[in-house]
Amino acid sequence: MSDSIVTLIDVEKSFGKNKVVKKMNIEIKEGEFLTLLGPSGCGKTTTLRMIAGFEEASSGIIMVQGESIEDKEPFEREVNTVFQNYALFPHMSVFDNIGYALKIRKKPKNEITKRVNEMLDLIQLKGYENRKPDALSGGQKQRVAIARALINNPKVLLLDEPLGALDLKLRKQMQVELKRLQKKLGITFIYVTHDQEEALTMSDRIAIMNEGVIEQLATPSEIYDRPITKFVAGFIGESNIFDGKVIEVHDEILVIENSAGTIMAKGSGFKVGEIVHVSIRPEYVKVSIDPVEGFNLKGTVRDFLYMGTVVNTVIDLKDNTEIKYSRFEKDDDFKERDSVNIYWNPEKAVVIKYKK
Amino acid sequence: MNRKNKFKRKTLPALAMAGPVSLWMILFVTLPMLYIIYISFMSRGVFGDVVYNFSWDSYKTLLDTTYYKVIVKSIRAAAITTVLCLIIGYPFAYYIAKKPKEVASKLIMLIMIPFWTNSLMRLNSWLLLFQTSGPINRFLQNTGFIDAPINFVYTDGLVMLGLITSMLPFAVLPMYSSIEKLSKSLLEASADLGASRRTTFLRITLPLTFPGIFSSIILVFIPSLGIYTVTDMLGGGKVLYIGNIIKNQFGAIRNWPLGAALSVLLIVITGLLIFIYTRFAKIEDMEVL
Repeated sequence: MSDSIVTLIDVEKSFGKNKVVKKMNIEIKEGEFLTLLGPSGCGKTTTLRMIAGFEEASSGIIMVQGESIEDKEPFEREVNTVFQNYALFPHMSVFDNIGYALKIRKKPKNEITKRVNEMLDLIQLKGYENRKPDALSGGQKQRVAIARALINNPKVLLLDEPLGALDLKLRKQMQVELKRLQKKLGITFIYVTHDQEEALTMSDRIAIMNEGVIEQLATPSEIYDRPITKFVAGFIGESNIFDGKVIEVHDEILVIENSAGTIMAKGSGFKVGEIVHVSIRPEYVKVSIDPVEGFNLKGTVRDFLYMGTVVNTVIDLKDNTEIKYSRFEKDDDFKERDSVNIYWNPEKAVVIKYKK
Repeated sequence: MNRKNKFKRKTLPALAMAGPVSLWMILFVTLPMLYIIYISFMSRGVFGDVVYNFSWDSYKTLLDTTYYKVIVKSIRAAAITTVLCLIIGYPFAYYIAKKPKEVASKLIMLIMIPFWTNSLMRLNSWLLLFQTSGPINRFLQNTGFIDAPINFVYTDGLVMLGLITSMLPFAVLPMYSSIEKLSKSLLEASADLGASRRTTFLRITLPLTFPGIFSSIILVFIPSLGIYTVTDMLGGGKVLYIGNIIKNQFGAIRNWPLGAALSVLLIVITGLLIFIYTRFAKIEDMEVL
């Protein structure tokens, strides 16, 4: 507990009859970049707003630095927020926006000037202090919003889809900048997004949320390579998901059968006869003309889609399902309607507990 | 050729769209106003006609103590009405703006209903309520608060009450629309940065809703200054305001130049207020007016 800076214990939130967050438990470590990732309506923003104090949890405990904060007003909490639409004060200059937190604390003028200038340095917006938010670009507004939230040296910075309104190129650039800023300042970032790529590139850990529940909390590579639920496998990246029955167990390698054929995948704690999901990423799928031991999965090549560096291929299986398969161009040589055998390294395929 | 094309493409549609309104405004606003200004510099004939030779007489009369006092009193009454309408209207507008849309539109309707009721009927019912044998006096007497009925009718107090109730919708609506536009996340951002509710109100809410407040000031102050139905009926001719005098000068007394001069004074005050407003507010804020 000592190194966890924000802790949620059985936190729930309902709006009327609608339960938005269900029994949420999470420990966020000091200095960590944690992302709450999920589709819209999964409860990620509500969770963030409960930590900020804009929403009251219906039940459960929220602790910051080991201290329960339910009774604290937003202005008493040692967390600050960067809002989705920036929420800069339109009637104040950049300087006054950034210095707002100090000004209302009645700090001396020269201290405010000094701190605001430090902040302007940090976000590389020197010379913009007298502009009004209206006269800034989206990226600049975003930086001002970040500087404004950081001026109080908060323990935790909450970011609610901060890059959502920016165009792709700027977003990528700001992702790098934000990550650098976070490392430099050593502040805990709790970041909400629905953009999986953003989550994968920036986070130390990702909590994938769906319908008010954390489906998986792990590092980006763990989430990508070893999803523990069908939702996670489908939500992060592209994935082929088969439903099948375990017919053999060899240590951690299972043989699974379904109507399209027999495949192998890695998983532990499953019994023979159990119905499971198997997830395999398109880039791990391999194809050969000759049969491969352990696999009995045949298909017909249907479509090619050239994506530049890779070729995405769709293969029809005999039970009318399909499998997506991506390879580097000219890796192998197939034509449409070729009959092929499909296989992969069993270590790369993940067996997931069955859920309808 | 080019010029002809340009005329067809740009000038014609502009004329078609803005032309009728402009013509209407010129015929029925600008010309009458110019005529009023013109009349105000003429003098009164013996039989109440207008004698067409230039004089400052009407304006000099305005400086007479009697008229001067009425003018000051009217401005003061309009100012008090405005201030009270703001004090009553702002919290109300704030309350409505924070309600969900369906509830808000119902509350707005409630404000609009008296506004739609015929004002003469509304004013008459005030008189009936407050007359010496009216329900209010009777209630106060029966409960023992007073021994003899209080004379409310035809007093400044009742005129004020009438003005406030007539003007309140004009105060609430612009303020509502500007409070409603205020993004919730700005208030949250302020709280997040450490501001108490009071500080947030003073530093964020109030400055950002100022255009609405100023619209309300204009929409309440200007009519309260000129209105004469309220002062006529609730003041009963005993209590004189600019509006009554203008009405009398053009009507019974038949001193058109003096009436015109008083009207010009009202126009100048109005123009001044609007000038201040345009200085303060940006174009996009003016939609609330």
